[in-house]
Amino acid sequence: MAIEGVDLIKAAAFLGAGLAMGLGAIGPGVGEGFVGGKACEAIGRKPEEAGLLTRTMLVGQAVSESTGIYSLVVALLLLFVV
Amino acid sequence: MMAFEIASMIELASFVGAGLCIGLGAIGAALGEGYTAGLANEALSNRPEKSGEILKNMLVGQAVAESAAIFALVIAILLIFLESPTESILTASALLGAGLCMGFGAIGSGIGSGYPGGEACLGIARQPSVTSRLTTNMLIGSAVCQTPAIFSMVVALMLMFMDFGSLPVSPTWAAFLGAGLSTGLAAIGSGLGGGFAAGASCGGIARNPDTFGQVTTTMLIGQAVSQTPAIFGLLISFVLMFKAFPEYSGLSVPMALLGAGICMGFGGIGPGIGNGLTAQNAVKWVARNVDATGDLTRTMLVGQAVSQSTAIYAMVVSLVLIFVV
Repeated sequence: MAIEGVDLIKAAAFLGAGLAMGLGAIGPGVGEGFVGGKACEAIGRKPEEAGLLTRTMLVGQAVSESTGIYSLVVALLLLFVV
Repeated sequence: MMAFEIASMIELASFVGAGLCIGLGAIGAALGEGYTAGLANEALSNRPEKSGEILKNMLVGQAVAESAAIFALVIAILLIFLESPTESILTASALLGAGLCMGFGAIGSGIGSGYPGGEACLGIARQPSVTSRLTTNMLIGSAVCQTPAIFSMVVALMLMFMDFGSLPVSPTWAAFLGAGLSTGLAAIGSGLGGGFAAGASCGGIARNPDTFGQVTTTMLIGQAVSQTPAIFGLLISFVLMFKAFPEYSGLSVPMALLGAGICMGFGGIGPGIGNGLTAQNAVKWVARNVDATGDLTRTMLVGQAVSQSTAIYAMVVSLVLIFVV
């Protein structure tokens, strides 16, 4: 096999991009699901506040999403910039 | 490179694959069945006079959870005794990929199927009059939990028996390993998530048997959404297995394909669990406040859609790794 320096660096960047986005997706997925579950619980208790609760859920999930977006940005940097 | 005989490499891969397959694959079923048995004991202490029904339900629930481990056992035995038709280094990577796929893929379904089994036992102790409804609902819920394990078995069997023809060794070896990891790892989250929803529905029916219809429907919708990450994993596996990659002697293309499988595999775990957590609470509260079913289903779907987004990012990165770079 002809493994040269540039090829090796690309190989590491591609594997790193996969690991970054793959592992980075775990936390936001669980966290946002937890928020969604608690919002359902709260709406079950107080259906008349559904609008307020949905809004709060979405804001909370958006914040929880941020680390997923960081992972996506790092993965795309590794894929296209490095 | 060190010189290995290809036949020994294939044996090495199939034995290591078999060990990993049943070793990893046994984790989930054992945990799930233990959980079921634990809640069955709690149910027995609540209502000892229903011991027959509770024991029967526990055994049926455990049998479904066991099936994930049995899939892993079948694949492991096939890996040990299979005569590989083609003598190629690709066979070695396909067999190792098959073992990893089934091993990881059985974890989530095994644990997940334990939740409805246990909750149904507790439910029988609480409302003995709806025993048959609880058992039916448990079986529907845990059958859906097994789907990710079945996806993994399908991919494992394809990797073991497919005809590679004259595919180039590099980068196809990495594509096969990636295909196994993608479906196997992504199945963990979906199996667990489906179990959360199914457990809550058995609890909900026992609490309020009149809501049987709404609870089962909400459970099935929630479980269907929880399965999506496993389906994304399956999709990436199929692309990796069936796309013919041109020969490449360096390391960057193989690592991109392996990275694609790892990315989608790990990326599916979190959203699968998260979707299940959302569905769990939605189902629980449909049973308690059935008038709010519409609001709850809507909120569940919105919440799950947001939780799904990271799985979609992972799929996008995987597809870029396969098709663009």
